[in-house]
Amino acid sequence: MTLSTYIDYVILPILGVALLLVLVRIFKGPTIVDRVIALDLLITIGVGVITVFSISTQKSTFIDVAMILALIAFLGTIAFSYYLEKRGRK
Amino acid sequence: MIDILIGTLCTIGAVAILIAAIGILRMPDFYLRLSVTVKAATLGGGLLLLSAAFYFPEEVSVTTKAVAIIFFLTLTAPVAAHLIGRTAYFIGTEKWKGTIRDDLAGMYDKETHQLGSGDNEGDNISHPSS
Repeated sequence: MTLSTYIDYVILPILGVALLLVLVRIFKGPTIVDRVIALDLLITIGVGVITVFSISTQKSTFIDVAMILALIAFLGTIAFSYYLEKRGRK
Repeated sequence: MIDILIGTLCTIGAVAILIAAIGILRMPDFYLRLSVTVKAATLGGGLLLLSAAFYFPEEVSVTTKAVAIIFFLTLTAPVAAHLIGRTAYFIGTEKWKGTIRDDLAGMYDKETHQLGSGDNEGDNISHPSS
């Protein structure tokens, strides 16, 4: 059993189940801050999926995409919290 | 040999991320969800990126990028979690009914969102030795 098949048949399904669970929280989420942290977690899991996929396909170029995605996740959370606080203050 | 190490790191990382996802679905409260997800997801993502850094040893740039992403994740995840938790407290996210203590109640100025120590009303600059 090579590393590539192990990743394809064990690691990626685990991460897929995790993505589905987070997606359920995005649809249910009673408040907007729940959805914001669920989106943040979704993008963090996406970074992990991209990394594992780059190991599985042995193409190291995908790591760049993971880097940009991590940047965008941080910026998105900061922008959401800034404008939600501003809206609450009026 | 290196494959076993990479597989172990990947497995621990994926299980940590799965625990984070179960936590965000099952926890009863926003603040508990926040405290579960940020730590576990940072650990899981960091371990997956570490396994990528071990997998491409002949390309120095990939290892550097993976280590840079790990550094960036551990640097920014607590900051983002603190900011979104502060915002959730301001906009009045309700707490779980089992919460028995709220140390921040009445400490924040409603107008300026400035944190006071709660000793004297309206004076939250500094307190000499009390």
